[in-house]
Amino acid sequence: MILDQIWVVVWTLLKIVAIVLPLIIVVAYLTYAERRVIGFMQGRMGPNRVGIFGKKLWGLAQPFADTVKLLLKEIIFPANANKFLFLLAPVITLATAFAAWAVVPFNDYLVLADINAGLVYILAMTSLGVYGVIIAGWASNSKYAILGALRSAAQIVSYEIAMGFALVGVLIASGSLNLTDIVHSQSGGLLNWFFIPLFPLFVIYFISGVAETNRAPFDVAEGESEIVAGFHVEYSGAAFALFFLGEYANMIMISALTAIMFMGGWYSPFTGDSWIAQPSIFWFLGKLSFFLLLYLWFRATFPRFRYDQIMRLGWKIFIPITIVWIMVVAVIKVYKPEWIGG
Amino acid sequence: MDRWIKAMKIIKYIKSLTLSELLKGMTVTGKYFFKRKFTIRYPEEKTPKSDRFRGLHALRRYPNGEERCIACKLCEAVCPALAITIDSEERDDGSRRTTKYEIDLFKCIYCGFCEESCPVDSIVLTDIHEFHFEAEGKNVLDKQQLLKIGDMREKEIAECRENDAEYR
Repeated sequence: MILDQIWVVVWTLLKIVAIVLPLIIVVAYLTYAERRVIGFMQGRMGPNRVGIFGKKLWGLAQPFADTVKLLLKEIIFPANANKFLFLLAPVITLATAFAAWAVVPFNDYLVLADINAGLVYILAMTSLGVYGVIIAGWASNSKYAILGALRSAAQIVSYEIAMGFALVGVLIASGSLNLTDIVHSQSGGLLNWFFIPLFPLFVIYFISGVAETNRAPFDVAEGESEIVAGFHVEYSGAAFALFFLGEYANMIMISALTAIMFMGGWYSPFTGDSWIAQPSIFWFLGKLSFFLLLYLWFRATFPRFRYDQIMRLGWKIFIPITIVWIMVVAVIKVYKPEWIGG
Repeated sequence: MDRWIKAMKIIKYIKSLTLSELLKGMTVTGKYFFKRKFTIRYPEEKTPKSDRFRGLHALRRYPNGEERCIACKLCEAVCPALAITIDSEERDDGSRRTTKYEIDLFKCIYCGFCEESCPVDSIVLTDIHEFHFEAEGKNVLDKQQLLKIGDMREKEIAECRENDAEYR
C-alpha cells in the first residue's frame, strides 16, 4: 500500500524530470539558435567558435559555455534591495513557466496531467508569471527596474485579454478545455485544423503570445536602449540565468500552445494511410520549432513598438477583432458546425 | 473629394489588417538568411592591408648595414603625442648618431608624422598590428628593439614604400 504510494510519487517525479530536462536543453539551444538565426539574417555568422576537443562544430558548445559562465558568477544584491523578494522573483518566473508544461500533451498518451481544465490552468500559470517580473522590478530598488516592471505589467495585462478571447474561440470550436481533446477535434488533415476557421484569432493569439513573453518587437519591458535592461538590470549570475530560462521556456510554451490549439498538435497535415499521414510527436515538435523560428524571425525584422503603440494595438485592434470573431465562430458553430472540424 | 479620402482610409485599414508591410519586412530578412555572410573569420582569414598601413614602428638601415637615423630630431619635434625621446652624440668617425631612441607605444597615436618628417626614411611604420606587452614598461621600445623590427621586416617595408612611391 505504502509502496504503491511511494511508487506513484517516484513515477510522477520521473515524468517531471523527463519533461523539464529536455526543456532546459531546448532552452539552451534556443539561445544558440536565436543568435545564429538573427546573425544569419543580419549577414553575419553568429557564434561559431566554441566547440569541444579542439573541434569547432559550428559553435554548438556555446550554450554550455554560457551556462557555466552564468552559474559561476556572483549574484550581486543592490543596496537597500529587498533580499527575500529579490531572490523570490526569478523563482516565480521560472516555476510558473515550467509548471505550465504539466498539462501540455506531446501526443495521444505523453502528457503529465491530462486534466479537464488544462487550458484554464495554463492561462493561470502564464498570468502568474508577470508577478515574477513585477516583484523583480520592485525588489531591485532601481528606477530602471521599476520602469520596466510597470511597463511589463501594463502590457501583459492588456494582451492577456486578447489572448483569452482568442482562446475562447478555440473553446467554442472544440467544445473542450482539455488540450488533448482540443487536438482530437482537429483530426483529419490540414483542412480540419482550427487555423483556417479561426485565422484572425490564430494570428492574434501568436502576436499576443509574443507580447506576453516580452519578446521583440514588444520588449519595452527590457528596452535596452531606454531603460538598460528593464526589470532585470540588477540581476547577475544564476538569478539572471533563471529569468532567461523562464523567458525562453515561456516562448516554447506559447509556440507549443499555438501548435496544439490552431495547427492540429501532433496530427499530420496529410490524409490517408501512408506513414507520412500518421500522427506523431515529430509533427508536434516540427510545428513548435516553426513558431519558435517565427519568434526569432520577428526579432531580427521588427523595430521595437513605442509604448502607446503597444497599448493601441492591444486595446483598440486586437480586442475588438477577437470579440467580433468569437461571435462569428459562435454563429458558425450553431448553424454550420461542419465548417469547423469534427 | 471627401469620399475619395474616406476610400483611401478604408484601403489603408485593410492594408494594415493584412499585415502586408510586416510580411514584406520578413521576406527581406528571410532572404538575407540565405545570403552569403560578410564575416571574415579573423585569425584564419585576414583583410588585405594598405601599403600605407600605420602599425608598429621600426628603424631602418642602409643596405650596407649602417643605420639611417642621423639624430636630426625632426620626428621628436613633430610628434603630437610626445612619444619619441632622442639623445644624440658624435660618433668616433665624426658623424652624428643617436645614443637613445625610444618610442612610448602607449603615448603614440600612430599618426605617421614621424615617418613623413624623416629626411632619410629611417623611422617607418610597419604593417604589424598584432602586438602586445606582457610586463610593465615593455610599452617603451628602445633603439635596439626598433632596429631589430626593421631588420626583420626590411623586405616588406621596402616593398610597401616602393609600391606607394608613385602616389606620393
